[in-house]
Amino acid sequence: MSWLPKSPKARRRLTLVLAIAPVLALAAGLTLWGLRSSISFFYTPSQAAKANPPAGRTVQLGGLVKMGSVKKASDGRVEFVVADRTAQDQVTYQGDLPDLFREGQGIVATGAFRKDGIFEATQVLAKHDEKYMPPDLAKALKEQGEWRGDGSTPDYAKAEHP
Amino acid sequence: MIAELGAFSLMLALAFAIAQAGLSAAGRIRRSTVLAAAGEGAAVASFAGVAIAFGCLIHAFVTSDFSVANVAANSHTEKPLLYKVAGAWGSHEGSILLWCLALTGYGAAAATLGRGLPQGLKAVMVATQGVLGSVFLAYTVFASNPLTRLAAPPVEGRSLNPLLQDPALAVHPPFLYSGYVGMSVVFSLAVAALIEGRVDAAWARWVRPWALAAWSLLTVGIMLGSFWAYYELGWGGWWFWDPVENASFMPWLMATALLHSAVVTEKRGALSGWSLFLALGAFTFSMLGAFLVRSGVLTSVHAFAVDPKRGVLLLIILGLTAGSGFALFAWRAPQLAKGGLFAPISRESALVLNNILLAAATTAVFLGTLFPLIREAITHEAISVGPGFFNIAFVPMMAVLAIVLPAGPLLAWKRGDLAGVAQRLWIAAGVALLAGVAAYAFVSPKKALGALGLALGAWLIAGALAELVERTRAFRVSAGESARRLVGLPRGAWGMTLAHLGLGVFVLGACFELGWRGEAAETLPVGGAIDVGGYHIVLDRVGAVEGPNFDADQAILSVTKGGQPICVGRPERRVYAVGGQTTSEVAICYRGLSHLYMVLGERREGAASQAWLVRAYWNPLATLIFAGPILMALGGVISLSDRRLRLGVAARRLQEQPA
Repeated sequence: MSWLPKSPKARRRLTLVLAIAPVLALAAGLTLWGLRSSISFFYTPSQAAKANPPAGRTVQLGGLVKMGSVKKASDGRVEFVVADRTAQDQVTYQGDLPDLFREGQGIVATGAFRKDGIFEATQVLAKHDEKYMPPDLAKALKEQGEWRGDGSTPDYAKAEHP
Repeated sequence: MIAELGAFSLMLALAFAIAQAGLSAAGRIRRSTVLAAAGEGAAVASFAGVAIAFGCLIHAFVTSDFSVANVAANSHTEKPLLYKVAGAWGSHEGSILLWCLALTGYGAAAATLGRGLPQGLKAVMVATQGVLGSVFLAYTVFASNPLTRLAAPPVEGRSLNPLLQDPALAVHPPFLYSGYVGMSVVFSLAVAALIEGRVDAAWARWVRPWALAAWSLLTVGIMLGSFWAYYELGWGGWWFWDPVENASFMPWLMATALLHSAVVTEKRGALSGWSLFLALGAFTFSMLGAFLVRSGVLTSVHAFAVDPKRGVLLLIILGLTAGSGFALFAWRAPQLAKGGLFAPISRESALVLNNILLAAATTAVFLGTLFPLIREAITHEAISVGPGFFNIAFVPMMAVLAIVLPAGPLLAWKRGDLAGVAQRLWIAAGVALLAGVAAYAFVSPKKALGALGLALGAWLIAGALAELVERTRAFRVSAGESARRLVGLPRGAWGMTLAHLGLGVFVLGACFELGWRGEAAETLPVGGAIDVGGYHIVLDRVGAVEGPNFDADQAILSVTKGGQPICVGRPERRVYAVGGQTTSEVAICYRGLSHLYMVLGERREGAASQAWLVRAYWNPLATLIFAGPILMALGGVISLSDRRLRLGVAARRLQEQPA
């Protein structure tokens, strides 16, 4: 093995590089692959209307649950409307709602838009305490000038016929 | 009056921490034992000051003194005593005080326990610890003081978030913070070694006990947090790759790597630069965790109430301390003496591979956690990285690590013999293969990945036992001789075996639970039933229960298997009057090591009568998921009690027999 470096120091360095290289390649490969397949975009309803994500792609939809829009069926299916100031989306969800799910409150739903434009959620997260609002959502709402501080319900989330 | 006393002693503690930094540094520069000793005294005084402040805060919580802003925001007279006390660290301000308590406590411990350390090294370490203490105490005093009074105190407090009112979560922060902050001593020791320009076997031996203690505490802390998420959130899962979880997991991975590389530095004098790097990195990740959790830059299901201003301050602290640590490293590390050589097949190489994999895994978790931030900074699009990323990027690397792990302790230092190791491990390999094949063949439904994970867990456990057999020469010498050897094993060896065994137990539990978990959810009227994991669960009735500070609907679920009554589950759905928050209280029916996990969901108006959403999970071998980390932490503690690791002994030994 004459191609091996002569000095023991250089040999050790070569061994180290040979050990690290495949692990790094594995790590980088896995990371890129992982990032490609499990990133999901976050939209508020008006951003979703603009971006128009293709049906079936997993995205997150954040907004306030519109007052009076929640309909719970006895088979466990829930339908409600998620709204921001200029747009709203119909959401349908099969499963248990988080303990903190309430009308007029901020939620983030993970799922995909169907072809008919209804958002089919696979997971619904609500803010964790009265003061907490998912930062993505808070930021998006602030950008739209729709931030009213903690817990207050903006007008658009209130029912049309109270 | 008590709150003012606390605020005052907190100020004093800050002054003492600054004095500690100044006096110790002066002691080092002037080589004065008197000044250095004064610095150590200041370290103890600083700890006493924070301890008094912390005691005052707890007093304010226990007596429900709502004139203190933090108490008014996080406590309530009707709260049980345990949660009044735990409320002291349930908020941002209180938890940062707990952080300071641990930080100054470690500083005081390092100052009083490190008698065997060389004067110069110790003085620089105490000084560094003093700098860290003053920075965090200054932050606490000026930006997040938990003892400030309200001008107009309310009659009643706003209470602690009900989700946090739980025994596991009451003790979770003290463990977690002791673990996080324990890395500060390791950080200070690294800085001291860089300034003194000497990193050798003795340094590695001084680092190990602190790293071990912090690592063990962190392990328990993370496990408690995971256990809390498991039974309190009611989602049936125990790890969600949430940013907050990752924030605690990254320093753990770094500390694990450090524990292993420090062995090489201690035994062979090699990898000294890398060990230093990890020592700096572990505390940096601890501080990064504190920043991520508190600044609200990332979306997390369990974050503190967000305060961007504090986030910026914490980011500055993180940047300054970690930045100067690593700058020092870049400047001084190239001048450090290089250690011994080793062959590609040797214990050293195995430990290097362990470190490479752990470092790569940490990087993957780091990237996944911070990628949304990076991406948003570049493209202004909000995204989130799902658990899928971590399963793809993290799990395979850990699997490789687990495959290599049992061979490591069996390899000799300097030059190992792979064939010999294979000879010693073939029984373990057989056991693992058998376990995997049996799981694939006999457990229904068939799950290839689950069976693979199971084989991996069995391989780790059998490998750890094979190592024990090797050390005691069992089956080759008489049983009595083996037993004598077993008793005579150094505690450090026991600790390592136990920790590796614990990892195996965890992998076994995690893979079995993930592979064969059963889940059922249905809206049930009274008398309705669901089936999961072969169990038949009937909703007998739902009644009202009253707790100290909540009202609850309690379901009576009777569980039968094949007609035989097994147990009665009583999951609750609690409504806390203060704040109006609802939480669910999970009922877990323990069946050996497996859990039948039942959750009462919300009430739905059904067609005929009222109905409740009931969810049930069958989590096979779930106990192992939490028993594994406990074994690992126990291994750490046993290793810590090893005579060879006591601080004084290391120094004396070094003087007696110079290396």
